Amino acid sequence: MTIQSTQALLSIKDLSVEFTTDAGTVTAVDRLSFAVNPGQTVGLVGESGSGKSVTALSILGLIPQPPGKITAGQIEFNGTDLLSLPERQLRKIRGNDISMVFQEPMTSLNPVFRVGYQIAEVLRLHKKMSKKQALKRTVELMDWVGIPEPQRRARSYPHELSGGQKQRVMIAMAIACEPKLLICDEPTTALDVTIQQQVLELLQRLQREMDMSMLFITHDLAVIADLADEVVVMYRSQKVEQASTENMFRHPQHPYSKGLMACRPQLHDNPRRLLTVADFMAADGQELSPTAEQQAPQVKVDKSSHPVLLEVKQLKTYFPIKSGFFGRIKSHVKAVDDVSFTVKKGETLGLVGESGCGKTTLGRTVLNLQAATAGSVFYDGIDVFAQTPTAMRHLRSRMQIIFQDPYASLNPRMSVGQTIIEPLCIHQPQLNKQQRWEQAAALLQQVGLNPDQLNRYPHEFSGGQRQRIAIARALAVKPEFIVCDESVSALDVSVQAQVLNLLLDLQQQHDLTYIFISHDLSVVNFIADRVGVMNQGKIVELNSAEEIYRNPQNPYTQKLLDAIPKGEPKSI
Amino acid sequence: MKLKLGAGLLLVIALVVLIGPMFAAFDAETIHWDDMAVAPDAVYWMGTDVMGRDLFIRTLQGGRVSLMVGLLATMVSVFIGVSYGMLAGYMGASTDAIMMRTVDVLYALPFLFLVILLMAFFGQQLWLLFAAIGGYLWLDMARIVRGQTMALKAQEFVEAAHAIGQQKRAILVKHILPNLRGVVIVYATLTVPQVIMIESFLSFLGLGVQEPMTSWGALVNEGADNMDLAPWSLWFPALFLCLTLVGFNSVGDGLRDRWDPSMQKSK
Repeated sequence: MTIQSTQALLSIKDLSVEFTTDAGTVTAVDRLSFAVNPGQTVGLVGESGSGKSVTALSILGLIPQPPGKITAGQIEFNGTDLLSLPERQLRKIRGNDISMVFQEPMTSLNPVFRVGYQIAEVLRLHKKMSKKQALKRTVELMDWVGIPEPQRRARSYPHELSGGQKQRVMIAMAIACEPKLLICDEPTTALDVTIQQQVLELLQRLQREMDMSMLFITHDLAVIADLADEVVVMYRSQKVEQASTENMFRHPQHPYSKGLMACRPQLHDNPRRLLTVADFMAADGQELSPTAEQQAPQVKVDKSSHPVLLEVKQLKTYFPIKSGFFGRIKSHVKAVDDVSFTVKKGETLGLVGESGCGKTTLGRTVLNLQAATAGSVFYDGIDVFAQTPTAMRHLRSRMQIIFQDPYASLNPRMSVGQTIIEPLCIHQPQLNKQQRWEQAAALLQQVGLNPDQLNRYPHEFSGGQRQRIAIARALAVKPEFIVCDESVSALDVSVQAQVLNLLLDLQQQHDLTYIFISHDLSVVNFIADRVGVMNQGKIVELNSAEEIYRNPQNPYTQKLLDAIPKGEPKSI
Repeated sequence: MKLKLGAGLLLVIALVVLIGPMFAAFDAETIHWDDMAVAPDAVYWMGTDVMGRDLFIRTLQGGRVSLMVGLLATMVSVFIGVSYGMLAGYMGASTDAIMMRTVDVLYALPFLFLVILLMAFFGQQLWLLFAAIGGYLWLDMARIVRGQTMALKAQEFVEAAHAIGQQKRAILVKHILPNLRGVVIVYATLTVPQVIMIESFLSFLGLGVQEPMTSWGALVNEGADNMDLAPWSLWFPALFLCLTLVGFNSVGDGLRDRWDPSMQKSK
């Protein structure tokens, strides 16, 4: 532990925050203390619901009260106690001395104003600049955060910018007043891996040039490895460990931190199953150490001799761009452009690429959820596109999909039981009601949930649990083939590991074949036997997972690989 | 809580309107030549209007008409609007374009012209009034439902239902409709007062309820005209109208919450 010096820029002492809900009082932050020194970067790490965002909001005085309530503690910034400051003075500090970058660049910008105007507004508000001065400064700022052609871009609307550029604009807004402290709340979680790297580099550069302090909130330890000087790990509202980044990565002390370090798949030397927090810590908090068996290295079996299950031939999916009153087709977006590949039985084919590369469309087209423009898909010798609607519905019981967003993929008005039973009603009409519910309960158990929860509704579950429910629904029809469309991307790394393990176990038990779509190369490397790299609708490289990572042929693959956070501090 | 209060209020109003007239001392049409514009007293519980008719019985009988028109026309508009909008939104593409352009054309037709035409062809009947108002108001409902359906259709759970081999009709009924209920019920409760006001407007033009029959809308209109002489002829119908609207709104809000599983306390 570091000694909390009096010169700390921000010091939080014994902060406790509670929320009052219908179910009673929930402690979101429990006696949290840490300090951020001038020029220092502190990483605040924990899974969703651990209280890290609430901590950030308390610093800015943005906790909605009620239902929130700061019950104890002090937040001192530059010698003033923020908690006792009246709202009027707090507003002067917000955006000026302390500013924040949010997770979702798509929704944090106001879509009806030009981005330049939005940056200038901050300057006019806090620095009392004239319109002209503010605009001039805005262009300088945009140039500084690395937006090309800042003069022209300042006149763009948010929708005209890419995700990475939007995040740069958000950062420009945050640093406009040269804050002493910048709070970043998961600023790269919604971004592609290459853009994530650029944004991290930008933040690092800005911090050096402006000599500001940073509080960096994330669920992924790897992201802050070369950014943070010090790491605070939060678990269930409490701080469980605080150490310098180097120490944290070399000798994590608390079992939770150990689990957090181990659960992220690496590019090499992965265990057979990913270790999870539960392997290091029992439910009662007692420390466990993973057995040798659990740590046994992953061995990938060569499945090239297996029979072909899925054959995709010259598949094309184009989306028309229409214009004019009668919707004349002007041109096409080639989402999937002449793709051919085969998947063997029992194999996992990984598809990686950045957002917009067509990997999701490819998965949906293979399942005939999206009409193809040309080409054909043979599943077990059956031409998928040449089926009558009835035959297609039958075929659907053999091929399934698990979506990315566990919040959108379950009908909020249907209980978990109803959701799982729906496919049974379609494909096994001979079952009676009781048999169906028994099967649903068995499925829930299989995906690691309590069968007593059949009557609950999706909103009562966490993201990881919902994804398990979606998996149970897909399994209900007893499929042989499942497309996992970014199925773990929306989850915290610790939960991601659990779901990946579940997918592996299920594959073994049911002899499943997967197409695993993801933007995260390390995840794909862990789960897939072969990997296809997609760029602009084409598969640019397709090879065994090992070959792709050891010996990438295509420059695009190389670029993707370089962008993966190494998860090692710079000093090591 | 809200649901129970609102439903209770509506029940009381309905009972008063249905049973109340049995206790009335006068009938709605008799003109009391000696008692024009009398303030409420022991004889005339709600006073009389400028023509000397007992307002107690008129308000209650007007309530029957207003409630009936409000409910029936709303039901017509909900039924047509929801099925039409859901179909257009779900089918999309050219079906949607044709269906929604039809709605646009219907919007462009002047409503009054439509009603006058109907009345001219079929004579002045109360059920025609329901049909005409309902047949006009469903356009709004269809637009709202279509927009919601399009948003829902893009959600992954609808696609998941498709992926497990569910039929289109079942997806509409099991997945889309339950998620529309909240919007539909809230909008429907807003439609009831709208219908009551439209009916009074039509009655004012002589196209709706005919004297001596009356409705709350018509009474409020009359009352507003004679506010200087007999302000109570405005008070009572307006009070009933307000209470009814409050009742419908709370029932709408209450139902929306009841149907939303995430609003329920966890069991």
